[in-house]
Amino acid sequence: MMPRKNPWAVRAGVLLVAITLAVLPFALAQVGTAWVRITNYAVLYILLALGLNIVVGFAGLLDLGYIAFYAVGAYTYALLASPQFGLHLPFWIILPIGAAVAAFFGLVLGAPTLKLRGDYLAIVTLGFGEIVRIILNNLSRPVNITNGPQGIGGIDPFRVGEFSLASPQELLGLEVSGPIKYYYLLLAVLLVIIVVNLRLQNSRIGRAWEAIREDEVAARASGINTTNIKLLAFAMGATFGGVAGGMFSAIQSFISPESFVLVESVMVLSMVVLGGMGNIWGVILGALLLSFVPEILRWTVEPAQMALFGRMLIEPEVIRMLLFGLALVLVMLFRPAGLLPSAVRQRELTARGQGELPERAT
Amino acid sequence: MDTFLQQLVNGLTAGSVYAVVALGYTMVYGIIQLINFAHGEVVMIGAMVAFTMINLLAPAGMPALAVLLIGTGCAIPVCMLVGYSMERFAYRPLRGAPRLAPLITAIGISIILQHLALLVWSRNVLAFPQIIESRTYMFGGTAITNVQIAIIAICFAMMAGLALLVYRTPLGTAMRATAQNPQVAGLMGIDTNRVIALTFVIGAALGAVAGVLFGTYYGVAQYTMGSILGLKAFSAAVLGGIGNIPGAMLGGLLLGVVEALGAGYIGDLTDLCQYGVFAGTLEACKDGGNFVLAGSNYQDVFSFLVLILVLVFRPQGLLGERVGDRA
Repeated sequence: MMPRKNPWAVRAGVLLVAITLAVLPFALAQVGTAWVRITNYAVLYILLALGLNIVVGFAGLLDLGYIAFYAVGAYTYALLASPQFGLHLPFWIILPIGAAVAAFFGLVLGAPTLKLRGDYLAIVTLGFGEIVRIILNNLSRPVNITNGPQGIGGIDPFRVGEFSLASPQELLGLEVSGPIKYYYLLLAVLLVIIVVNLRLQNSRIGRAWEAIREDEVAARASGINTTNIKLLAFAMGATFGGVAGGMFSAIQSFISPESFVLVESVMVLSMVVLGGMGNIWGVILGALLLSFVPEILRWTVEPAQMALFGRMLIEPEVIRMLLFGLALVLVMLFRPAGLLPSAVRQRELTARGQGELPERAT
Repeated sequence: MDTFLQQLVNGLTAGSVYAVVALGYTMVYGIIQLINFAHGEVVMIGAMVAFTMINLLAPAGMPALAVLLIGTGCAIPVCMLVGYSMERFAYRPLRGAPRLAPLITAIGISIILQHLALLVWSRNVLAFPQIIESRTYMFGGTAITNVQIAIIAICFAMMAGLALLVYRTPLGTAMRATAQNPQVAGLMGIDTNRVIALTFVIGAALGAVAGVLFGTYYGVAQYTMGSILGLKAFSAAVLGGIGNIPGAMLGGLLLGVVEALGAGYIGDLTDLCQYGVFAGTLEACKDGGNFVLAGSNYQDVFSFLVLILVLVFRPQGLLGERVGDRA
């Protein structure tokens, strides 16, 4: 835990962060509403990264198909609140349904893979993610459910009576745009999820996950029901993914299978790894860095290339992906526990054998 | 029956390529227990380099065989270099680190290679120029092209060559020794680092040829082709028993056949109109229509299903001794 500090300094710090977060969207809106949207997507990525952190960071189960749960949540929302089936249920009904469906898929993935660890699990989860995407892509025939590659459009925003989160509004003389409203909603959800994560980490369940990650056999010998605890990790991670997916659907108002490709899973994984597996603050830092740095690059590299060469030599998208790849490799080589390592993980990842080859399963 | 034999031939062709790519996965896994996620990208780079050369040389009016050989001849060293560098700079420093570390590095390398290829070759599809005159031979109702025959022959020759290398040469003995116990192999005077690097290089060379063959078969090469091919080949390696060289060959061929047969028959099997219960009730079935639940567009799902089923029911694979939870 954190060393004791001057309580007033801590309180002042928290207050400062709170004020910054509260004022942030209005400051960003001065630069451009695009930046508020970018911030919203960054918060969505934080939600995803925190969900994946439960599976990868806490329980040590490498999941490469995590985006599938995001897709399940997004599609559940889209199908229940769009012209696709003419259903327009309110969000407070759909989000729990989406979370439950995602949790169910988490169990579907978790149950058959209980025996597997490490690289085998990684590849099975990867396959699972691809299967979900291929099915979403093809479920337009013979009965049109997902509308195939065209995706689903016209998805309802979050709405309570007349109050819609999508439309701009005049409030106390301030112009509050749709993205700004979503920002506050996302921020609230994020706070709840951070609190849940912090409580989980130091709970009985959190310690059980840690025990499984360190040594599954020993964990079982200590009386931990490894089957249930592992399934719980999958279901819990999936639930967060499902909630994030539902919000993504509502904010975006259009989804298609293209948003849920393998690269997205890898991206969320990069965030968790870069920040520090198992450390909530590290994961948040990782997600923020990998969300904002590419955007900043997009705004600087593009004009710079135009000025220097008169045309685009390297697309910002490519730079972004190269950055992700490099982040993964360099972090593993030079700072295997991430930028803000969790204490336990750091011990684990830096304790290397003296030039010996991996012989035993970790 | 005709469909069956035809899909069998198609499946064997694709399967023999999967088998050669799977060898690259299985050799590396056998020796350092690492899933080299980036192997698929090495195969892709092989295809791209070869196609670039072939497209350059084809208009010059050289004989087709020479063009193909030069293209492949350029691809092999490039891939060997890529294979060597990733082992040397990304995986070797992580020798002895926990399993998760090199695995995540491998994913990173895979993304980097894919997007470097995107930088070099852009998003465009490289087409294989029409330099080989395609001939089709008929056996009963089954058609087989000269390209298919060549692909199967080359793949089997490479597999035989690799088997000879691994089981009949000093280098092969050193490789098997390192796979069994690296420390003891080191004590016996084997330079294990060199053997491991050579394993990567040999796997990459095989991958380069496989990439050219795969591209030639489908007529196109693109920067994204590596990931799905790599996944299938990995599934093949697991199916046969990862770390096991004959297993990878068997797994590749089997996977190719399963995939082709699956794609050939799933449409018929999931046509609900042939089942009495639905035929009367479904609107679509009237006037001899059909109601196909899943068509051949689900082809790519098969390899993943095979992979998951094998890992769940027989994690050591068909021929393997290693068990899944070792990983």
